[in-house]
Amino acid sequence: MNDLLNWLDDRTGYRGLLKSALFEHIPGGARWRYVWGSTLTFAMFVQFVTGVVLWSAYSANAQGAWESVWYIQNQMLGGWLLRGIHHYMAQVTIILLLLHLMQVMIDGAYRAPREVNFWFGLGLLALVLGLSLTGYLLPWDQKGFWATKVATSIASMTPVVGPAMQQLLVGGVEYGHHTLTRFFALHAGVLPAGIVALVIGHVYLFRRHGVTVPPKAAAAPDGVFWPDQVLKDAVASLVVMATVLAIVLWTGGAHLGAPADATEPYAAARPEWYFLFLFQWLKYFPAGWEVVGAQVIPGLVFGLVAAMPIIGRWRLGHRFNLGVGAAILAGIVMLTWLARAADNSDPDFLAAKAEADRDAHRAGVLAASPAGIPPAGALEMLRSDPLTQGPKLFAASCASCHRYEGHDGLGRIPGDAPTASDLAGFGSRAWLAGLLDPDRIGTEAYFGGTEHARGRMARFVQRGVAGFSDSERMDLAKVIMAVSAEAELPSQAAADSADVSAIAEGRVLMTQEPIECTRCHTFGEWTEEDIGPVLTGWGSRAWMLGMLHDPAAEPYYGEDNDGMPSFGVEQILSREQMELIVDWLRGDWYAGPEH
Amino acid sequence: MTDERPEQQKEPRRNFLVSMGAAMVGAVASIVPLAAGATALLDPLRRGREASGMVLVTRLSAVPEDGSPRKFTVESARVDGWTSHANTPVGAVYLRRSGNGVAALNVVCPHAGCFVGIAPDRSRFACPCHKSSFDFDGVINDPASPSPRDMDSLEVELRNGDEVWVRFQNFLPGREDKTAV
Repeated sequence: MNDLLNWLDDRTGYRGLLKSALFEHIPGGARWRYVWGSTLTFAMFVQFVTGVVLWSAYSANAQGAWESVWYIQNQMLGGWLLRGIHHYMAQVTIILLLLHLMQVMIDGAYRAPREVNFWFGLGLLALVLGLSLTGYLLPWDQKGFWATKVATSIASMTPVVGPAMQQLLVGGVEYGHHTLTRFFALHAGVLPAGIVALVIGHVYLFRRHGVTVPPKAAAAPDGVFWPDQVLKDAVASLVVMATVLAIVLWTGGAHLGAPADATEPYAAARPEWYFLFLFQWLKYFPAGWEVVGAQVIPGLVFGLVAAMPIIGRWRLGHRFNLGVGAAILAGIVMLTWLARAADNSDPDFLAAKAEADRDAHRAGVLAASPAGIPPAGALEMLRSDPLTQGPKLFAASCASCHRYEGHDGLGRIPGDAPTASDLAGFGSRAWLAGLLDPDRIGTEAYFGGTEHARGRMARFVQRGVAGFSDSERMDLAKVIMAVSAEAELPSQAAADSADVSAIAEGRVLMTQEPIECTRCHTFGEWTEEDIGPVLTGWGSRAWMLGMLHDPAAEPYYGEDNDGMPSFGVEQILSREQMELIVDWLRGDWYAGPEH
Repeated sequence: MTDERPEQQKEPRRNFLVSMGAAMVGAVASIVPLAAGATALLDPLRRGREASGMVLVTRLSAVPEDGSPRKFTVESARVDGWTSHANTPVGAVYLRRSGNGVAALNVVCPHAGCFVGIAPDRSRFACPCHKSSFDFDGVINDPASPSPRDMDSLEVELRNGDEVWVRFQNFLPGREDKTAV
């Protein structure tokens, strides 16, 4: 063994390298205050290891990025832990960098002969921020997509070269496959290579100049890097690792939003917290001045920091630099706080955030469903999901007249009073029982806002049903079961099959006095006048689609239709959109394994 | 390594403890990302093939009556990583009439996994990679053929008169026994 090592040393000289690396002389001895650089090196080691493994499972394309990240997060053994460590270590790295930078500023360690190393450090800061920016897009979720759009839009505002720069960054005019491949090449190739180069230069120069010894330590005995300083560095790195691990376990890992959708508004778009100050800062610049706020002023501030080694040569230069540093820090803290405070008191933002969380959760449920993610991708899966799309379509197309549990489907209460019935639970026994309740048919939840409040149905309920005897009420309950069974609601399947005999009785009662639905409604072969909507298949998918298609058609309201648009005939909604609304209202969607 | 220590160390015992401590603490911190990474990297080992059911491949009328083989694509449901395919090509088989029924051979060469073709003179199966040679029953017909076993036959069922159903499977190449993957 020794012979082999001797041979290796003879050919490579590794012992000399190891010796100079490990037994570096530390004037004044090992200190806790010297650990920051080593914790950053450790953080980069963690990012490198976790990043390469994530790389082995990640797919950089518009139909595979979200999907592969979902797979890492939910299907791979320990994938959530791996991604969580990478995600939160990235954020801790930024904090460590700022602490390191602050220490260098306070100690005046940027002064001669360490100017170049200070600039290397600033370069590293810029590269790490670049890694954060590019990494934020890679999961291709709504959050990363829209936040990154802002960043590339800012790039496009650069005078003269802006549009070309944006097109190069985005890999075309629109976000797509090439945006991901290019961001990924930056994130996993170009930027890490730059970081490795700068870290080598940084450490080389640091070894050349040595630590900046604080005055009070000057008298202390000297030490060596190994093992005294290494022990302190290792303990600090362990604390960093434990902190990140605790955050990952506490949060359950990194969040994955709903798949990116360029056509779906996303009011909750915010950059990561460490860019939040820039986001807030941009609010203060009127149209046409964004480039000043996003590029010129931050560029000047960065330039001022870079000039610190030169400014520091003057008598009051160091104090001036400290003032600048403190002012920047205070500004960043204040802007971040302002952004947070504005968002937390903004009901629209909170609602948008809740909706985003709902979509994200739903995307996860659907991806894990037996049907899984279709070849067209997760976005297609979400677009054909009644539970996701139904409420949005309802809010846009139905809620100007109808309500859903009193709201517009998305939880907002429209300003105007409803002029049509509340469709939550439409087709169910409970809904019908309300319609046939003399006290409720005239309310806003049913016919209150419509012409039908003065129609024959309302009259029948308010006069006829109101005077029913107890046995007639029992019969009415069976009729309700029978009519509701026509809807074949998934949620009522068990009740419908349990009450087969009552439903059969109800069907007969529908044609007899005193209830006699068939006096005005068609039911099977029974009809006398055919005034109201057909009851055959009432509330079923086909019935509701027909109603949406053309409520003014004879089987439905005919000429009694009170203002409901013929969504299909007039092509206000596509067939798919009508199906999504109907399936959502009927509760006909995948509910998840726990249901 | 011990002999490399600078001589000015006055407390070798303390130094040893500090060294051990530094190495151990450093190892504990480093093991976290390494273990998380290794676990995720080993994840594919957890994934087996789902039990292969019978798949409808074609109608009997599409299989040549003269007993010569014809290639058919096998389509089936497949989960590829995160993508669920309802019906997608998963492989190919040679079908040929034999007796009253149909015989099926997997097109993959048992030697090194190439796609076995039909020789230009249509007299035998010939692998384009390493010249494995099989007769139309899939049996090795050349002593120089490098394949360790005959072509892999698959279970076939005729249903409803003319439906050809095949239990599609792939097998480990390069070994004498036929082991499903």
